Amino acid sequence: MKAGGTGKAGEGLIARLVHWNESRTGLNSLLHHALDEPIPGGAKLAYVFGSGLLFLFVSQVVTGVFLAMYYVPSADHAHTTVAYITKEVSAGSFLRSIHAYGSSAIVIVLMLHLIQTFMYGSYKGRRELLWLVGCILFALMLGMAFTGYLLPWDQKAYFATTVGTNIFSEVPVIGNGLKRLLRGGTEMGTLTLSRFFVLHVFIIPALILFFVAQHIYLFRKAGAAGPASADPVEPRLPTETFYPKQLVMDMGFALLIIVALGFCAWRLPVVLGPKADPSDTLFLPRPEWYYVPVFQYLKYWKPSVAVVGILIIPSVLGLLLVGLPFFDRSLERRPWKRPISVGVFVLVFLALGFFGLQSRREDKKDPSVSAQLHKQHEAEEAFMTERFEPEVVLAGAAASQPPPANAEGASLFVAQGCNACHGDAGVGGGIGPRLVGIGKKYDKQKIESLLRSPTPAMLAGGMPKVDLKRDDLEQLIEYLESLQ
Amino acid sequence: MPDSTSGQPTQNDGCPPADPSSPPRRSFLAALLGAGSAGVGALLAVPVIRFVLHPILTSTTEKSWTDVGKVDEFQANSAPVKKLVQFEQRDGWRRTVLEKPVYVVKNAAGQVAVLSAVCPHLGCTLPWVEDQNQFICPCHKGTFDSSGKLVSGPPPRNMDSLPLKVEDGVVKIQYEFFRQLTSNKEVIA
Repeated sequence: MKAGGTGKAGEGLIARLVHWNESRTGLNSLLHHALDEPIPGGAKLAYVFGSGLLFLFVSQVVTGVFLAMYYVPSADHAHTTVAYITKEVSAGSFLRSIHAYGSSAIVIVLMLHLIQTFMYGSYKGRRELLWLVGCILFALMLGMAFTGYLLPWDQKAYFATTVGTNIFSEVPVIGNGLKRLLRGGTEMGTLTLSRFFVLHVFIIPALILFFVAQHIYLFRKAGAAGPASADPVEPRLPTETFYPKQLVMDMGFALLIIVALGFCAWRLPVVLGPKADPSDTLFLPRPEWYYVPVFQYLKYWKPSVAVVGILIIPSVLGLLLVGLPFFDRSLERRPWKRPISVGVFVLVFLALGFFGLQSRREDKKDPSVSAQLHKQHEAEEAFMTERFEPEVVLAGAAASQPPPANAEGASLFVAQGCNACHGDAGVGGGIGPRLVGIGKKYDKQKIESLLRSPTPAMLAGGMPKVDLKRDDLEQLIEYLESLQ
Repeated sequence: MPDSTSGQPTQNDGCPPADPSSPPRRSFLAALLGAGSAGVGALLAVPVIRFVLHPILTSTTEKSWTDVGKVDEFQANSAPVKKLVQFEQRDGWRRTVLEKPVYVVKNAAGQVAVLSAVCPHLGCTLPWVEDQNQFICPCHKGTFDSSGKLVSGPPPRNMDSLPLKVEDGVVKIQYEFFRQLTSNKEVIA
């Protein structure tokens, strides 16, 4: 960079600019405050996950905003527009893959962040609210993954979300209402897609931004906890500032994430399956990998006891997680001194891992299931090799073929030039008024008199007298009355 | 890109004066940070820019050539022949199929030409009136001869001819829409 080479005048100008800006915004001291965050015990690779998540969230926002440039959230266009993005738009498949893999990356880094915080006991010592907000963010991120999965509107998106929303109906009393609220009706349809889109693009991201700000504020208020050996309230270890070492580590981690995502997106682009076909009775829905353990776990519960498995156990585990800093009050942070909480934590993770593996094993063991899954996979591959087919829009005369009974009237409508002002099939064309539904407004005699001798207002607007033989006029009037 | 080998005191302006023992190390880290953010930014920015520029760099709204009929068939005719042509317009992920009437005529030089059936006055569809050997607009009585040349009435110009080419003996056209009420032919879509 040549900034330093412009001499003293240049530096003086920059310094004046910085001062001018600082006295108005306070940005510089804010930056200093951010970068001077003291870390007890110094920078460590173990602390990179939080900022890694922040980076991934920004990346998801950026890629998501641009994907929305071509995406249309409606059941009849969503799949076409995603296919257009994937197959035609420059770098479309790459950006979509970064976004889709990004959601997996968020789940992975979220888990690492959770494990690190838990194992280091960093939730202890006046950090209950920090932890609570973290749990809310966790749930919101899972909500993002769930709502985003439906948007491509392909087979797996449709059927996985059908199952996913069905689970809500297991909630006692309000279950069915909840499911209908989420779906925008009893069945999955275009209203479901709109709702998921609004949740995915507006509501949940806004909540995430709100809670991320709180999470960071509460984190800075409580201070970095440092290693597990440090006292969580008043760490006595020598500190090191966030800048530069920890920032470099965080940056390195962000670089690693984006390179890994880019590599996956480049070598193994995310596929799009055939368009959702609700009448397909054979399709076997399988959720995204991070929901597979839950999916497998839910299989074990018969309808009579489903409420225990689907509601009670997850609620208890959820409460245990959320309430952890409220009932685990000791200030002991070293994991080997906290055998019970660490034990339960490890056990839950092992169980999730086991369920995940078990799901794969069961799918492989059942020949009919594995054959169907193989078929679905092949259908996806086949769809991806097909060329992009634009959605065909029939416009004008091609769209509104009149029924044969009125064919003669319709051709008179065109031959007389009526369509030039009143639009094809009378849909309105800017010059003349819309004629659809005119049969309900006027009777035959009235229409005939208007055609034969238009009112002064009509004449002024350019409407000519229609001079036709008796038979033809009747055909034309019959046609006009048929316009619906 | 910051040069990581040379010391850059200006890079340190924004950082706290901690750890005075190792200023070269700090500036090295600052350079590393600069390079890192440039790398991360580029990895996202390059595909995003290509993505956004896609409709500008590739034609996403191309017009297709539509078959009207065999050229021999029209060569024999003396009177204008009305044809309904279906043509397609690509608009991003949509393909619009439109059906419009056109007239195949012979121009002054005796060559086949294809005219839009839209009156250049106010856009009414022009019928060919066989017994008067003229196009007569039903709206305001503008008249045109068999080659589309303005004869009388309010229209400001001749009937509009469409871009045409003959391939393997087949007449192909590109359908276009023209501005009305102007004396010069002006394509609007």
